[in-house]
Parts: sequence; structure tokens; C-alpha cells
Amino acid sequence: MNLPTAMNLRAVWAIYRVEMARAFRTVLQSIVSPVISTSLYFVVFGSAIGSRITEIDGISYGAFIVPGLIMLSLLTQSISNASFAIYFPKFVGSIYELLSAPVSYLEIVIAYVGGAATKSIILGLIILATASLFVPLTILHPFWMVAFLVLTAVTFSLFGFIIGIWAKSFEQLQLVPLLIITPLTFLGGSFYSINMLPGIWRTVTLFNPVVYLISGFRWSFYGKSDVSVGISLGMTVVFLAICITIVAWIFRTGYRLRN
Amino acid sequence: MSSILSISGVSKTYATGFTALKEVNLDIQRGEIFALLGPNGAGKTTLISIVCGIVNRSSGTVTVDGHDINRDYRAARSLIGLVPQELTIDAFESVWATVNYSRGLFGRPANAAFVEKVLRDLSLWDKKDAKAITLSGGMKRRLMIAKALSHEPRILFLDEPTAGVDVELRQDMWAMVRRLREDGVTIILTTHYIEEAEAMADRVGVINRGEIILVENKAELMRKLGRKRLVLELRNPLPAIPEAFSHYALELSGDGGQLTYTYDNQAERPGVASLIRDLEAGGIQFRDIDTQNSSLEEIFVNLVRREP
Repeated sequence: MNLPTAMNLRAVWAIYRVEMARAFRTVLQSIVSPVISTSLYFVVFGSAIGSRITEIDGISYGAFIVPGLIMLSLLTQSISNASFAIYFPKFVGSIYELLSAPVSYLEIVIAYVGGAATKSIILGLIILATASLFVPLTILHPFWMVAFLVLTAVTFSLFGFIIGIWAKSFEQLQLVPLLIITPLTFLGGSFYSINMLPGIWRTVTLFNPVVYLISGFRWSFYGKSDVSVGISLGMTVVFLAICITIVAWIFRTGYRLRN
Repeated sequence: MSSILSISGVSKTYATGFTALKEVNLDIQRGEIFALLGPNGAGKTTLISIVCGIVNRSSGTVTVDGHDINRDYRAARSLIGLVPQELTIDAFESVWATVNYSRGLFGRPANAAFVEKVLRDLSLWDKKDAKAITLSGGMKRRLMIAKALSHEPRILFLDEPTAGVDVELRQDMWAMVRRLREDGVTIILTTHYIEEAEAMADRVGVINRGEIILVENKAELMRKLGRKRLVLELRNPLPAIPEAFSHYALELSGDGGQLTYTYDNQAERPGVASLIRDLEAGGIQFRDIDTQNSSLEEIFVNLVRREP
């Protein structure tokens, strides 16, 4: 991997700005549609089911699902933003410009992952604000709330970046988010506490990494979690490290970029 | 003239096993216009892609103005502008935004005046706010050039720059290339339009099946490998070429009214003068005489055909 001698910050800014401009250009798709779908989840799960389940761990059901809903959007949007951002230039061929520019791999990752993570964090905060209109929210550990938000957004943007480089078609681009991430998020305790599951299923669920993200994030709101916060944080960092290792390998070998 | 680009022993074998380049050695002189000719699939684009950092090479070294393209990739790449063969632009960006993006990508500070000049030179200023998707093919090609020039490169690669463009744009591009050369920019163009190389290049390289088979000053190449034809319009048609002229390898037209003599520029004794003398002595009179040079295209075709 080429290590930069001096950062080409202008290039990082140029890429980042283009990525952010795309979000504002497609504001309906980028911001409005996830907000609408999250509000729908909120109405269906929060109001319809919430009227049957009054509270979990002493938290009203409506408030309980808010961190899960934010995580659901954060994961899917981080992946789709970053994977599309790097796949699109590959698809149209304009990637040649990025590869021929005096830009280090680190700068490319910072710019694309930074852009994708920024967009999904903004979205997460918008959903948080939207949710606060429906239910009273408390955030007991705001620092850790932001830390989980940023760590998760960066980790899954990196993961999306990897998918974008790996994908050879739009179908492949959709495959991982659709078949793996969405089911894992739904089964990861977004809408329930995993303690509500029967014994064997609770154990199976512990193999789902999303459980740790949602649990840690929910703890930052209400101080209650399905698994220990330390383990949640550890799992997030481990996943981040795995993604960084894969990205480093991709750039060292030129996998699907320079070959 | 010193060398600005040095390619040494560069080979490329793709993962599929296809060898696109075999031990290519090439030096490009500072400030020249170099035309790289070759049939489709000869390795032109692969060679350019390696120099620009888009494709990894299998072996060999490349230096740009003394900077190794791997060890010192920032310095090397910042000197190069590339206009690829395909029209590959983010369709939803405006002309102004995408050219400024390119400049930023190459680490240059924003310079609205310079970008405006580039767009005006390429007749794109009126379209600065238009999205790339709304531009015609010719305009997109100009935009690709504007992007490549946005960071003020010292070497410009034009990969098949006039493929599929109209005559007017082609003339504009040639004029632009000449202006850039006057500013000291080194230009390397790949083409299979031979007239492009003939009109523009100082030197010509021919690549075939991944190997550089010739690098030569264009005028020298045409002198060495060019053939000349002497065409004589006869006053009285001949039924056949007289026996006495058999050693000249003449060709007689179907109606017997035209004699054609093909000779080599390099031959020690082209024998034009003696042919004319012998014709006069033999009583064969002609009313007109014409000489024709072979084009670079004919030279190129002959060279590539000669390859096993």
C-alpha cells in the first residue's frame, strides 16, 4: 500500500463534495424516502403493536424501537451510499480519473467513506428528530450515542465500499444489503429485546453482529441493554478492523480496480 | 531534447493469461507530439493505462520526468493528463462542477479564471452550467479534454481522440494540440487514423501484438519506408511494355496509355532519370508526368503485415 508523503487534501475535499452534492441532488431518494419509511415503521410497529406491548425493560415500546429504527437506516444507508459511490464510477468508466490522480488509497477511502458516513449520520439524526415528535425520548449517554452512531456509520460505509468494489453488476450491489443486512437487522433486536426469545433462538441470535450494535446503541439512550456494552463496543471495533483489513488488501492487490 | 517519459521493459499479462504487452521500451522526448499507431488490440490503451496508473504492470519500470510511477506516484501522476477513448463522465454533474472536480482531484487549488479559459478554448463556456448528460457526443469529448487539462499537465495522453468525431471538431482538436505543444506540453496520441499521425506527429511509434516494432521520426520514416510512384501519361498507347524495359518493373495500364514506375526512396539508384532517358531513346513519348508519395497509412499497413 502506498503511504502518502503529504496528504492531497484537495482531492479528499473534491470527492467528498461531489458525494455530498449527489445527496442533495437526490434529496428525495437520499433523505426523504428513508424518513418516510422509518415513520411508517414507527406508525405500524410503534402504534399498532405498541398498543399490545406496552413496555419492554421499563421503556415504552414506541421509545424502545427508536434506536433500532435509527440503526436499521444507518446500516442500510451507509452500505448503499458507499457501495453506490464507488460502484457508479466503475460502471460508467469514470473511475479512470480517480485511479490516474495523485491520490493515495487512504485519501480515497477517507473521502468516499467520509461522504457516505456523513450522509447516513445526518439521516440518523433526522430520524431521531422525527421520532421525538412521536414519543418522548431520553438520551442518558449522549457521548456514547454519538460514538456508536459514528462508529457504526463508518464501519458499514467501509463495508459498503468493499461491496461496491467487489460488485460486477447492479444485482450484486443489491445482493448483500438485501439478503444479509436487512434480515440481520430485523432479527437483531430492532423491534424487540432478544431476551424475549426462547432459549435456543436467543443463543442463535448472539451470532448476529447487528445485535451488539443495536444493543449498545439502545444502552446509550436508556441505560438498558441485551448484552454488555463493553462487548457491543468490542464487536463494533472488531468489525471495523476487519473492514479496514479487507480495504487495505483490496488496494494492495488492486483487486477489481487496477487489474 | 531530454526524455520526459521513459518506459523500460514493461510487460503486462492479464489474469486471463492474455499477454497485452511484451517487454516494451519507449522514450518520449520533452515537448514532442508522439503518435502511437497500432491496430485494434495491439496494446496501445494498456500501455497508456499503465503509465497513468490505471492498470498494474506485470514487470518493468516507468518514470515520468524522472519520477518512478510507483515510488513517486504523486509527482508522476500530477504531470499527466489523460483523455481516454471512451466517453466516461458522471452524467449528472454540470460541466463547471466536473472540471473543477478534476482540478481538485489532482491537488490543484481552485482557479476559476484558468478553468474558464480552458472551457472557452474548447468552446464549452456557454455550456458550463449544463449537465454532462445533455451534451452532444462532440461536446462530451471536449469536456473530457477540459477535465484532462484542468490541472495544467505537462504530458497529455489522447487515446483515440478523434474516434467518431466530426470533421470540424477534429480540426479544432488538431489546432488545440498544436497550441498545447507551443506551450511546451508533450503530447502522446494513439490513433488508427493514420492521417492524424501524418498531420500532427513529430515521431511515430508502431505497436503490434504488444510489441513496439518501430519508433521513428515521421519525416525519416516516410523517407525510409515510403515509396514513390512515377506516372507517365503516354502520347501514344503501347500494346505491351517493350522487352528493353523489363528490368524497370513497369506497369502498363489496361488501355496502354499510362506507365507506372514504383521505386524506393532508399534505393541507391532509383533510376528515374535513366528511365526517362531510355524512354526517349526508345521513342516512347509522354505528354504528362506525375510523382506520388506513399502515405503513412501504406507504410503502416506494410509494417504490420510484415510481422509474422
